[in-house]
Amino acid sequence: MAKLRVGVVSPEREIWTGEADMVIAKTVDGEIGIMPNHAPVLGVLVEGGVLRVKRGDEGDLVAAVHGGFISVADNDVSILAEAAELGSEVDVARAKDALQRAQASIEADQEDADARLQAKRAAARLRAAGEEV
Amino acid sequence: MGAQLRQLRRRIKSVKSTAKITRAQELIASSRIVKAQQRMQAAVPYEREITHAVSAVLSNTTNVDHPLTVAKEQPATAGVLIVTSDRGFAGGYNANILREAEALKGHLTGRGLTVKPYVVGRKGLTWHRFRGREMFGEWDGFSDNPSYADAKEIADALITAFKAEDGIDEIHVVYTGFVSMLTQNVIVKRILPLEVEETETPPEGIPPYYEFEPTAGDVLDSLLPRYIESRIYNALLQSAASEHAARRRAMKSATDNANELIRVFTQQMNQARQAEITQEISEIVGGANALADAAAGKE
Repeated sequence: MAKLRVGVVSPEREIWTGEADMVIAKTVDGEIGIMPNHAPVLGVLVEGGVLRVKRGDEGDLVAAVHGGFISVADNDVSILAEAAELGSEVDVARAKDALQRAQASIEADQEDADARLQAKRAAARLRAAGEEV
Repeated sequence: MGAQLRQLRRRIKSVKSTAKITRAQELIASSRIVKAQQRMQAAVPYEREITHAVSAVLSNTTNVDHPLTVAKEQPATAGVLIVTSDRGFAGGYNANILREAEALKGHLTGRGLTVKPYVVGRKGLTWHRFRGREMFGEWDGFSDNPSYADAKEIADALITAFKAEDGIDEIHVVYTGFVSMLTQNVIVKRILPLEVEETETPPEGIPPYYEFEPTAGDVLDSLLPRYIESRIYNALLQSAASEHAARRRAMKSATDNANELIRVFTQQMNQARQAEITQEISEIVGGANALADAAAGKE
């Protein structure tokens, strides 16, 4: 079966490239699953989403992706993220700490949009690292 | 010891310590060019993909009426982003940028536009302040090592001004393009209204028909600002690499000059010392002869 060529890139570096059987990402319209020979798609990703790349025997690659786009054409999948982090690279203790701090500022001020964004990002990082949130 | 000799020794000592400093600066700059080049390389995949995505949207939508791509019929003001360095010691790097920026200003004024400068880098800021020119955006502190967040901050300010009613109608950027270690050129570019540049030759055939999530307009709305950020980030990275290359070259010629001066001074010092010795000998010989003559006269 055909494979997908996947590239996860952020402005400052290329985070991961490789082949995969399926890519699952979260766009503003909802989750989208891409398999080989998918029609060309260009989608906007949500803040604090989790990207899942299924690679058969090698196991899944999970990454926290903050904003950006997914573009699919001709079995090439590119994920353009403003910031992204592989699940294996996440510092769980720091992410938990960041989540708690963000939740504390949300409780103090319901209108704090910045803290909400921080909370979303921290939660995504924890989910990517395989933690329950 | 003669006064001239002492003076020369002092000058050699001071030139030597200057040479040490410039040599150190040269080495620091050379190691930083490599890092800056690596950062430029690391940014390439994202730039390629985002350019690809923007051209995909533009080729799939027949009538693009996005505020960022439409040129105003009668533009009245132009914003100029000038990318300079924070520190000097880089030869003509900043002078070249500012000269080009002035030329662009003249050109835009000739078209009847009011020019609003947006300045990056301490050198550009002091240049504008000294001349009492008003700046509409000021950033500094990251010219030798810019991050994407810096580019985003600049892009946000520019896009907000562009969208505002009484803001700016065109945005130009003046920066130094990094061609190689030895060649850097000042580049003047218009970034808004947008003209998408293809970094590579476009693929053959008809571009694929894309589906958009949620809609083409929404995708374009969030894609274009990212594209502009990426262009500005690219300009900052190239400027940083160029700054280090310019500094390395300036410091190398300063070190060479200092070494040449040391050589000349050492020669002069040796000459002066030799002249002194010769004089002493001839004085002694003269004295001895006079004594011998006096002794001969007595007999």
